[in-house]
Amino acid sequence: MLLIHCPYCDEARAEIEFAYAGEAHIARPPDPAALSDEDWTHYLFIRSNPRGRHHERWRHIHGCGRFFNAVRETVSDKFEVTYKAGEPRR
Amino acid sequence: MTRFSAFSLFAKALGGHQSWPEQWPDASPKPAYDAIIVGAGGHGLGASYYLAKKYGITNVAVIEKGWLGGGNTGRNTTIIRSNYLYDESAHLYDHALKLWDGLSQELNYNTMYSKRGVMMLAHNVHDVQSFKRHIHANRLNGVDNEWLTAEQAKEYCPPLSISPNARHPVLGAALQRRGGTARHDTVAWGYARAAAALGVDIIQNCAVTGIRRGADGAVEGVETTRGFIASKRVGVSAAGHSSVIMQMAGLEFPLESYPLQALVSEPVKPVFPCVVMSNSVHAYMSQSDKGELVIGAGTDQYVSYSQRGALHIVEHTLAAICEIFPIFRRMRMLRTWGGIVDVTPDRSPILGKTPVSGLYVNCGWGTGGFKATPGAGDLLAYTMAKDEPHPINAPYNLDRFRTGRLIDEAAAAAVAH
Repeated sequence: MLLIHCPYCDEARAEIEFAYAGEAHIARPPDPAALSDEDWTHYLFIRSNPRGRHHERWRHIHGCGRFFNAVRETVSDKFEVTYKAGEPRR
Repeated sequence: MTRFSAFSLFAKALGGHQSWPEQWPDASPKPAYDAIIVGAGGHGLGASYYLAKKYGITNVAVIEKGWLGGGNTGRNTTIIRSNYLYDESAHLYDHALKLWDGLSQELNYNTMYSKRGVMMLAHNVHDVQSFKRHIHANRLNGVDNEWLTAEQAKEYCPPLSISPNARHPVLGAALQRRGGTARHDTVAWGYARAAAALGVDIIQNCAVTGIRRGADGAVEGVETTRGFIASKRVGVSAAGHSSVIMQMAGLEFPLESYPLQALVSEPVKPVFPCVVMSNSVHAYMSQSDKGELVIGAGTDQYVSYSQRGALHIVEHTLAAICEIFPIFRRMRMLRTWGGIVDVTPDRSPILGKTPVSGLYVNCGWGTGGFKATPGAGDLLAYTMAKDEPHPINAPYNLDRFRTGRLIDEAAAAAVAH
């Protein structure tokens, strides 16, 4: 089980307190109708799925309830850093 | 290759089984091949076998980063069934199921395919309605699947608790009698042995590090840790690492890789006659011929390549097993392990051509690829030999994510994702 540091609670807590929420820094296009099918497909379905550094969102669902971002290495599962939503990509 | 028969077993036994030849040679890469398969799991080895057997393309290499059958082929819970809802799925999985029949004879290798029946438990009204819908859809597609009452389910699988006071009451079950299990390793070994006998090179400990494309964009071969290997046809069947390989060719795939865990108990005498799955409480189980209870757990929630998962996932599954089968409450578990499964947005595989000429893919099988092993191998071979998909795998193209013609198969997940 992962130990995850919530940047809002400033505390490392067990994974069962958190919900994973997919890859981070994927902004919904402001005007979907203006997008080509390829760009819309990319937004909906394409994920980087890297073997290495992964930017991802977590939600401290059984704690403060807030979303935050994290960088995790996907082979060792070690967190490099967690940071608040809205902060620039690390 | 010595053909296995009662006579050859007897003759070798007289010599103390010392004179068996190797079942397939450990090949070194040649400079060029007519076709290359990346990934020596059941699917990839199957594809190489069918390329050689059905389409006469014998100058084939299967390249494997680790050892043969050491990925998800050796890590799954060996469940075979084809009771999927949609027409495309029923055709695909039933194609595989038909190939499982007679596979041992065809390969001259005992895959231990056992049609012991796969029973899916309904715990609530929604399950009952959904399973009955599946049963009717299956019938229309010629796939066997039948409804059992709770009492009939208990009769078919005596360890099952159908007490109305149970935490997860059993309201009935869907049973596919043709479903069952096979010995996972033997499928890879059988295909490897049969393919090698037809001239296929199986190259282990050889990781692909790049896919070389020519000026016209077409595939020219693969860069590996053992040097460049040329081929105008490359089929990628790399399970959890498929998206990593596809990125080497400059392609982005709608895949995410998750750890999926399984575990086995200590071996006991035969007590569990079939496969039981319980989707809504996240448990599935069968008993291997060795006597171990083989239990499948769910995926972890996050993307990972670690090949191990978290304990709370296993705990959740075992809690459900203990409720449904109280007889097993004091069983001890021997081993747990994890594999990396590549999951598509619609839980159906991607099997066919790619936007890169000469590059073919078989990926996205998620948590349920083992059952499809012979079918996926056969269809990948067809697609590579003809440079066009077979009608069965034509719907499983990459373009469906653009057109919206998804095959949104909830039944693809033995466990909820």
